[in-house]
Amino acid sequence: MPHRTFIYFILPSLLSMILLIAVPIFSAMTQSLFIAHKQVIIVSETCDPFGCKKETSVDAEATANLRVKEPLGIFNGFETYTNRNHLAAAEIKTSWNVATGWKDFFSRIMNLPFYKALAFTITYTIVVTPFVIVLGFLIALGTNSLASRLKGPTIFFSLLPMIVTPLIGSLILFWMIDADGIIGSTLQRIFNDNDLSLKASPALTWIMLIVYGIWHSTPFAFIVFYAGLQTVPHETLEASMLDGASLWQQKRHVVIPYLMPLIIFVTLIQLMDNFRVFEPIVGFNASANATSLSWIIFNDLRGEDALQLFGSAAATSMLTIIGVGILLIPVLIKIWKEFNSKTV
Amino acid sequence: MIVAVFPFLWTLWGSFKVQGDFFSKADWENAIYGIRTLAETGGTFTGNGYSNAWIEHEFWRSAINTSIVVFFVVISSLTIGTLGGYALARSGYRYALWLLMLALVFRAMPHITLVSGYLLPFFQWNLWGHLPTTIIVLVAINQPFTLWMLHSFFLNIPKELDESALVDGCNRFQAFWHIIIPVMWPGVITTGLFSFLLAYNDFAVTAMLLSQENQTMVPKIASFLGSTQQEGEVMSAVAAVVSTTLPLFVLVMFFQRQLVSGLTAGAVKG
Amino acid sequence: MKMLSKITLTSTFMFLLVHATYAACGINSGSIRILANDFPAIHAVLSAAEKCAGGGVTFTKNTTKEHRTLVVAGLTANPAEFTSAVVANSSIVPLLNEGLIRPLNDLVAKHGRGLKKNQLITINGKIMAVAFMANAQHLFYRKDILDKASVGIPKSYEEILSAAKAIRAKGIMEYPFALNTKTGWNLGEEFINMYMGYKGQLFKPGTAIASVNNAKGVAALKMIKSLTEYSNPDFLTFDSNATAALWEAGKLGLATMWGTRGGTILDDKGSTSNITSNTVLASAPTVAGGSTPATTLWWDGFTIAKNISDKDAEATFIAMMNGISTEMVKANNNEAVWLIEGFVPGKASAGVFASASAGATPYPMLPYAGLLHSALGSELTEFLQGNESAQQALADVEAAYTASAKEKGFL
Repeated sequence: MPHRTFIYFILPSLLSMILLIAVPIFSAMTQSLFIAHKQVIIVSETCDPFGCKKETSVDAEATANLRVKEPLGIFNGFETYTNRNHLAAAEIKTSWNVATGWKDFFSRIMNLPFYKALAFTITYTIVVTPFVIVLGFLIALGTNSLASRLKGPTIFFSLLPMIVTPLIGSLILFWMIDADGIIGSTLQRIFNDNDLSLKASPALTWIMLIVYGIWHSTPFAFIVFYAGLQTVPHETLEASMLDGASLWQQKRHVVIPYLMPLIIFVTLIQLMDNFRVFEPIVGFNASANATSLSWIIFNDLRGEDALQLFGSAAATSMLTIIGVGILLIPVLIKIWKEFNSKTV
Repeated sequence: MIVAVFPFLWTLWGSFKVQGDFFSKADWENAIYGIRTLAETGGTFTGNGYSNAWIEHEFWRSAINTSIVVFFVVISSLTIGTLGGYALARSGYRYALWLLMLALVFRAMPHITLVSGYLLPFFQWNLWGHLPTTIIVLVAINQPFTLWMLHSFFLNIPKELDESALVDGCNRFQAFWHIIIPVMWPGVITTGLFSFLLAYNDFAVTAMLLSQENQTMVPKIASFLGSTQQEGEVMSAVAAVVSTTLPLFVLVMFFQRQLVSGLTAGAVKG
Repeated sequence: MKMLSKITLTSTFMFLLVHATYAACGINSGSIRILANDFPAIHAVLSAAEKCAGGGVTFTKNTTKEHRTLVVAGLTANPAEFTSAVVANSSIVPLLNEGLIRPLNDLVAKHGRGLKKNQLITINGKIMAVAFMANAQHLFYRKDILDKASVGIPKSYEEILSAAKAIRAKGIMEYPFALNTKTGWNLGEEFINMYMGYKGQLFKPGTAIASVNNAKGVAALKMIKSLTEYSNPDFLTFDSNATAALWEAGKLGLATMWGTRGGTILDDKGSTSNITSNTVLASAPTVAGGSTPATTLWWDGFTIAKNISDKDAEATFIAMMNGISTEMVKANNNEAVWLIEGFVPGKASAGVFASASAGATPYPMLPYAGLLHSALGSELTEFLQGNESAQQALADVEAAYTASAKEKGFL
């Protein structure tokens, strides 16, 4: 396709992405390299409904004057990335020197907020993604072989978990898994343990969040694979049947290679979305036991203490993008290879 | 399947009860028998949650807002997405792949940071709180996904189809419009479905970019829960959740027939 | 002729009537745009303020949980997106830091005659906000449960511990106590409250250096841990909605909850009359033999943005004065502990009043308090889960705080 036609076709899409995604990413990147100017603190007499006292406050005008010359702030380089709230380079070095063994070193690192979040995020991504793909594929295969009258309702029901927005879906489930709710008390009855509470133990909270993630994302894989299954060329399938291939061999050697682009697509999307998980953590009030990278950002920007840490959030966002990039490397290599083989 | 459906059935049942029952910490079976509902409203089922949400809190306004937003997001998304996806699939040059990779990087950015970055410029240029702003933001944020999905579907359509059209004297756009789109229908529907769901269910963007008057349904539900959950308000939220999900059920039921027939038609044509 | 004069008369009458209604607020033009948090007391105030709309005065309000995210960006724009922001001790701080609100001295002199002195929030003599309600966390107890366990009304947290022990020993309740210990803001607040009971200093005086890792901090932490041993194991998910729900379901005998919950708990919805009639609100407990209640006092009030026209500022001020009028208080007496003339204290406000009279400290309006609060909320969880020592937890808090404070330019 000539370059000019290409540009015309892709221009609106590209423009919207550049304006609304690329520019903010660039601005976040810049912001993460700066910290605020020193605030000018003065002591003043503060009176409120409960009395007067001398307290420190910020001299807004003086501070604003400092900022006029350098509105971005003081250049901090990558310090924000290596401070305790992010990669914590100094703390890791100290821990390495002080730790009494691998286990101790490991637990010291888990004490750092970023790594605690990273642990959960990676676990979540690594567990949920394959489950979603496999389950979605199996359900799509199953639905495909159903009688056509049953297909409709099955598709419909299987799509349900994806339809509800995560924030509300997880809230509903939160109410249900509470120790006094229907799922919570049923579990207590099954395991015969009155103290069993999904919210109290970190391991159980992680499992609950992972199960929720699988429940919520499987329909996506299902519908994409199902759509793809409709386009598998019948001739190839029939040819393999004539060759005496078993059902499983058919699937493995005909269907899966054919669906490979879609499988790659779903893997891509799932890896990215699972790495950015945070809505279930908020919905399930699970931040005591599980935090994720996006949750840290959420906390920095929408934390309830009214002071927004833009630089910190920007740094964590950049780290998230880098993390996603690292995760995607195997998939991207495969795409690159396929693209090259196609153009050759 | 039961696993998939059960939470919704439970919520549906509970939306006709009072907060004291559905969220009973005393005994969850209250939700089934509706003891407190009987005590507080005189019947084991009550439409209070629904009337509170729809009439007193004018949830119907949010429903209209959602319809507007969703309609425009889907149309815009599909329009620019099909154009872009087609170009990326047919390009054959390496820069198409780079663009796709770049789109992936774009998609990796957490939405909250993006939206927080928008706030100051939007306030300054008086763009905050208007529906068109939210529509454009939703379209843009979802472009990477749309492009990838459509480009995947387009790759599966044999090149010979539009190449023969080009040979016949059509320009690219005519080839696109007359030959490819009819065959693309299943891919368009599937991508349209995802765009629809994204716009319908979005919370991060709509909660921060819309003013209280033109909130869509999901942030409105969150506002029912509010900073402190008030009695009766929680049930409005539950009723609103059910009201939000029901049209989706209906739509999916309707579209799923289209989807299946469109997909099989595509397979036959292919 | 007769008809025409009738029409003229009626229309003049209508005209005057309409104008009379609009003249009730005394504003004839302006744009009022309010941003506020989302709870019933604020709704009451804003509905009363909304009556000033009409006849050239436009009124929009945004009550949302996201107000803290929107407020700084919204008021920085010029013209500001909002003409007024409803704030509390903690949320006024970023507005003060960035210089986004204007002093109200002249507006108060002109339109605020009816305001009581303790409603004015002043910094160095400049009135920066007008407060209209107060709130605090304090003790709730169930008289019948305490009687059953034969314990007296606890006045200190040590007495609460023994009361809880007795309740559990008598088999009345396994987990009789709760406080708002949800990881995050709530947990940070509980620590700060307890620390205040020990008369601790959050920062080294006159500086932004945190100083919680000391004997008092450790004692406060250990007290909270002992209290959570009498709480349901899910206590790290307990925000004020959860504790109120537990109370109304009759699962608690003692709790530390926000005073504003009193109204909802004492009403006749959502709970049984046995629970409601036996619920008593009392002052926050003291601790370690001190005399200061282990709680912090909060106020909510409104501010006026700086980056707006003086006309809008005046219109907004008048509307908000209308919103916090005595009529509004009379109509919504039990929604909050109003600081306004005409408020009649009742059972629901007993706890806040008692705590304030006993000398509780207000939540510090320091520019960097929010950062420490946030650090406390995230880093104390591991100690409460039994995974690290109190000293380690507090050291983590100080480290996390120092990193954020450096980023914000306080250190």
